[in-house]
Amino acid sequence: MPKLTVDGIEVEVEAGATVLQACEEAGKEIPRFCYHERLSIAGNCRMCLVEMERAPKPVASCAMPAADGMVIKTDSDLVKKARNGVMEFLLINHPLDCPICDQGGECDLQDQAMAYGFDASRYAEKKRAVKDKELGPIVKTIMTRCIHCTRCVRFSEEVAGVGTMGAVYRGEDTEVGPYIEASINSEMSGNLVDLCPVGALTSKPYAFTARPWELKKTDSVDVMDAVGSNIRVDARGSEVLRVLPRLNEDINEEWISDKTRYAIDGLKRQRLDRPYVRVNGKLAPASWDEAFAAIKEKVSGLDGKKIAAIAGDTVDCESMTALKDLMGKLGSANIDCRQDGAKIGGPRSSYIFNTTIAGIEEADACLVVGANVRAEAPIINSRLRKRWRMTAGDFRLGVIGENWDPTFKHDYLGAGPETLSDILEGKNDFAKVLESAAKPMIIVGMGALNREDGEAVLATAREIADKYGLVSGEWNGFNVLHTAAARVGGLDLGFVPGEGGLATNDILDGAAKGDVEVVYLLGADELDMAKLKNAFVIYQGCLGDAGAQVADVILPGAAYTEKNGTYVNTEGRVQYGWRAVFPVGDAREDWKIIRALSAGLGLTLPYDNIDSVRARMVEINDVFGSINVTRKAAWAEFGKAGVMKSEGFASPVRNFYMTDPISRASVTMAKCTEAFVKDAAAGKVA
Amino acid sequence: MSHLRRPAPRELQPTSFAFTPENLEKAKKIIAKYPEGRQQSATMPLLDLAQRQTEGNWVPTVAMDYIADMLEMPAIRVYEVATFYTMYNLAPVGQNFIQVCTTTPCWLRGSSDIVKTCKEELGIGIGETTEDGKFTLIEVECLGACVNAPMMQINDDYYEDLTSDSTKNIIDMLKRGETPKAGPQSGRRGCEPIDGPKVLKAFCGCAAADQPAEPKDGEA
Amino acid sequence: MLQDKDRIFTNLYGFQDFGLKAAQARGNWDGTKGLIEKGQDWIIEEMKASGMRGRGGAGFPTGLKWSFMPKESDGRPHYLVVNADEGEPGTCKDREIMRNDPHTLIEGCLLASFAMRAHAAYIYIRGEFYHEASNLQRAIDEAYDAGLIGKNACGSGWDFDLYLHLGAGAYICGEETALIESLEGKKGQPRLKPPFPANAGLYGCPTTVNNVESIAAVPEILRRGGAWFSSFGREKNHGTKLFAISGHVEKPCTVEEAMSIPLRELIERHCGGVRGGWDNLLAVIPGGSSVPVLTKEVCDDVLMDFDALREVGSGLGTAAVIVMDKSTDIVYAIARLSEFYKHESCGQCTPCREGTGWMMRMMQRMVRGEATLDEIDLLWDVTKQVEGHTICALGDAAAWPIQGLIRNFRPEMERRIKEYRARIAA
Repeated sequence: MPKLTVDGIEVEVEAGATVLQACEEAGKEIPRFCYHERLSIAGNCRMCLVEMERAPKPVASCAMPAADGMVIKTDSDLVKKARNGVMEFLLINHPLDCPICDQGGECDLQDQAMAYGFDASRYAEKKRAVKDKELGPIVKTIMTRCIHCTRCVRFSEEVAGVGTMGAVYRGEDTEVGPYIEASINSEMSGNLVDLCPVGALTSKPYAFTARPWELKKTDSVDVMDAVGSNIRVDARGSEVLRVLPRLNEDINEEWISDKTRYAIDGLKRQRLDRPYVRVNGKLAPASWDEAFAAIKEKVSGLDGKKIAAIAGDTVDCESMTALKDLMGKLGSANIDCRQDGAKIGGPRSSYIFNTTIAGIEEADACLVVGANVRAEAPIINSRLRKRWRMTAGDFRLGVIGENWDPTFKHDYLGAGPETLSDILEGKNDFAKVLESAAKPMIIVGMGALNREDGEAVLATAREIADKYGLVSGEWNGFNVLHTAAARVGGLDLGFVPGEGGLATNDILDGAAKGDVEVVYLLGADELDMAKLKNAFVIYQGCLGDAGAQVADVILPGAAYTEKNGTYVNTEGRVQYGWRAVFPVGDAREDWKIIRALSAGLGLTLPYDNIDSVRARMVEINDVFGSINVTRKAAWAEFGKAGVMKSEGFASPVRNFYMTDPISRASVTMAKCTEAFVKDAAAGKVA
Repeated sequence: MSHLRRPAPRELQPTSFAFTPENLEKAKKIIAKYPEGRQQSATMPLLDLAQRQTEGNWVPTVAMDYIADMLEMPAIRVYEVATFYTMYNLAPVGQNFIQVCTTTPCWLRGSSDIVKTCKEELGIGIGETTEDGKFTLIEVECLGACVNAPMMQINDDYYEDLTSDSTKNIIDMLKRGETPKAGPQSGRRGCEPIDGPKVLKAFCGCAAADQPAEPKDGEA
Repeated sequence: MLQDKDRIFTNLYGFQDFGLKAAQARGNWDGTKGLIEKGQDWIIEEMKASGMRGRGGAGFPTGLKWSFMPKESDGRPHYLVVNADEGEPGTCKDREIMRNDPHTLIEGCLLASFAMRAHAAYIYIRGEFYHEASNLQRAIDEAYDAGLIGKNACGSGWDFDLYLHLGAGAYICGEETALIESLEGKKGQPRLKPPFPANAGLYGCPTTVNNVESIAAVPEILRRGGAWFSSFGREKNHGTKLFAISGHVEKPCTVEEAMSIPLRELIERHCGGVRGGWDNLLAVIPGGSSVPVLTKEVCDDVLMDFDALREVGSGLGTAAVIVMDKSTDIVYAIARLSEFYKHESCGQCTPCREGTGWMMRMMQRMVRGEATLDEIDLLWDVTKQVEGHTICALGDAAAWPIQGLIRNFRPEMERRIKEYRARIAA
């Protein structure tokens, strides 16, 4: 651990740390543009120059390894002059268009110019102008503002794994961009906007929308996939204007996917802002009392066996808790949170991502079964890519299922169960990779589990885990990748059929046959709604999607940005999301709706505030008592050996940009679909 | 920056590219010069090969894509290389690609006159191509033949110790389809003083039979 | 004057064949195996004893540089990379070695590679040197065929492969880490140091980059002994050296001379003097475009070596002497260099990317006098903001000629500005 002196302050830093990090350790702020903790070091902006004893010239602190005995000065005249000079060079060709620049107020160049800039320009020559680049629906460019820090180039190569961005030509003619006209075909492209320290790359959907100081910022959790990315929701008044990533090293680091960031404009369209009741075949606006009365009329005296509830993919745990309890009071065991009929729900270690997302960085081989990780969880795919880069390509990724592109070199092993069996029997070379790996892992996706033979697939995966040492000591390399934000929470809450209860497909079939008369859809839209034609359907949710179409009663719920709620991500990590704005119109927080309905039905649920709902959740499962952490799940027996079918595994995500009611309603996601999903029907992310 | 440093418009860009069988063999030999897994090192020689193969002595975008595929690297990395190095023409040039050095050592010896002569004889400006497609004229930076200044490069050949007259003569010959003799136009052999070597005389008194053979093209 | 018997590059002028037979007749490849048998340590010690300082411009002691290479391999191969990307304006010496005396270089590559435990070397030659590359490749092929390089080179038991790699028009690739990047198939953008190439160079492996002239002199140094080489020149400035004298001399030429030869003697003895006589001399750039210009007064008695030229605020650089007589528009001469550096800036780091363009545009105005007197100070300031703040030395190289101009010819710049202002006032 090297010891250095920074401006007379002695600091000790980790081996391998840079001088810049040492300076920060000493409490000295070092200005920078090109340096970014999560990208390779470029050292090109020269803003972080510091004086180093015995060095003839100031050194770029971001690139200089800290060494024992170094004496660093960050506040000398030499340093000040160097930084002022660099700042002047950055500004000579930078346009003076801050008043019309979307970066204004959160611009590194603007901020640092306040500290290091001259008060007047000494540059008497003509300023450079650079042609803008067309990068697609997400990223807007004004390339004259570019300061050539190459953060975007490094991000697109290193993190996103798409070689779109480059720095072409040279010298002062250097242009950052793709050379040919090319959109950034990455699920992670919005991060470029965050990375760009100036207004060269800004957000196209958010263009000219607001200034940062006008926004109320609320920390929350994303529900567009099962990753549970930490987000910040920025709102002005009653409107959510943007979503940004929030740092969480264990989950999303500081990235979010484009869907997480941009699907929110879907919340502005087709909102359910008041209750509806179907009258004479048509949905008519109603009051809450009228809606509850209509439900009461239908369920009163009805045998609980004829009532069922299905929870959707983005609902919060509080509402599932309330609905589960209400169904219990109605005498129904017909509840399910698995819209896709996935064959999961055994011991916790059988349905969570045991390795944890950060744990991927320890793995040396990974077998993916029936998941298109890039489309289903881009953040996790980025972590896999990060691991691959960390190991200089030694990390081996084997894929069974569709041959999707993880953005790095991988082994495509086969389409379906046969290949899986081959691995178990040691007939596939990848078996050796798993066997020889110190920390091997497997990721089983919904594409492998949402089939009739899902339990047999799960059993085979488990056998592979046992046979090749995927679970040993502290290491658990067995992982299930969910696509639904609500799924693990639902399973943890036991939102699955009780004794003699029906699962999703049986509920649907029962409804078609008339055995099930009332179906409560809590934000559930990914079902074969045709089967519900004869049933009395209660739809509770925030958007007029498939479920609302067949509903007899609509209860307008809050979107995830409009309520406090608990979500459990695919790792089994319990997280709270927070309300950024109030629900639209008459819509209410979902658990409160169910609580009110229970009162309307005369079956009042015993909780009056969110704390008491959460206490009830802990009562059901004590994992809800540990927030923001992952808990090791005991390795237990699960899976049921059986015959696997021959057909290949298909990822449930056919179009990354549209996977739920919100993203389907999003204009931005529609534009992305048009730009990037050449063959949405065939599910190929082009 | 001349227009040659911007990609040719779409209508000039071919839609496909592949090395000829002969060049494919060369490409394989080039790739073999570098350690396994380091095939990216072949980017520059392959771009050169593609340029030599392409009519108009330039590198179409599709050729860059082809090379990127061949070397298993993202196309943008090839674009970066192709646009960084000035010897890759991003748009077609004339059959005789005249590059007059105008950096200080050549300028001191009269390169301005050489440029002027070229412009007059060809009737074009810097960065332009004659209508018949025979000549393109550009100014370039130091070509490393400063004691033989002023000089110009036409395709692979250096023409040194130029005067307006010798420049005019070279252009005339090229116009007639003849091949002017490359090297110093002043009569000296190389970088020795114009009136013959002052040193190493014993090494310079050799007979014509000992003269080195004229280098042949395409052997580099 | 250096005698012919002490000249290393005897076929500098190309009157003899560059091929193997003629080269051997000139003494190349004589006892190479024996030199290898003396071992790595002996070679490096002889190189240290020779006092050779790198001929590429920076003048770092060659033997010392070689000794930075790991003595034991950690499994990674070692590389020698020869910098033949000769492009510093005024410089045209390596070209003559490669087209006329290539076997000196090839033999040098073998010996240097052996000394640094490298089994492979790459020669990075500028792409414009098509015929030089062609001759060199033919010589390499001859050497392979004769068993001088390749498996069991010269029968020494050392396997050695030598490859040629052509550049494609980028002065910056003369910077050693940019050259390595280029050799790896990337843009020629200099790397951050540390790590230095001896630790992580080509393909992340221990690498030494040497200039053509440095390497090509090695065989003769080893044959005759380091003491022979160090007998030329002053203390710390030893050896023979190729000088290229261009510009306003009667007979420009390249010549091998002893280090520390007086500049005036070099010009008068080998180049027929300054055009119009010594008194017609205005200024000299003594070491390639990157070093500051010298006035006549300094030129009168300055010696051509690293230390003497540093003492007068300039440098030996590549020993490319650019002579300017009194007819020269000195402001334009330097402005043209500013244009060169702006054209050759790789664009990676801020001060160089932005500064070279700014300096060029100001210099172009200075040529016409289209400026204010204050702007000379601003220009000076800008050069100081570039100098020392960039990733590589190109920033310094772009700044120094202008600093030399302002330091030595400020009155001329002021005169133009005053004239211009008077003209527009009228």
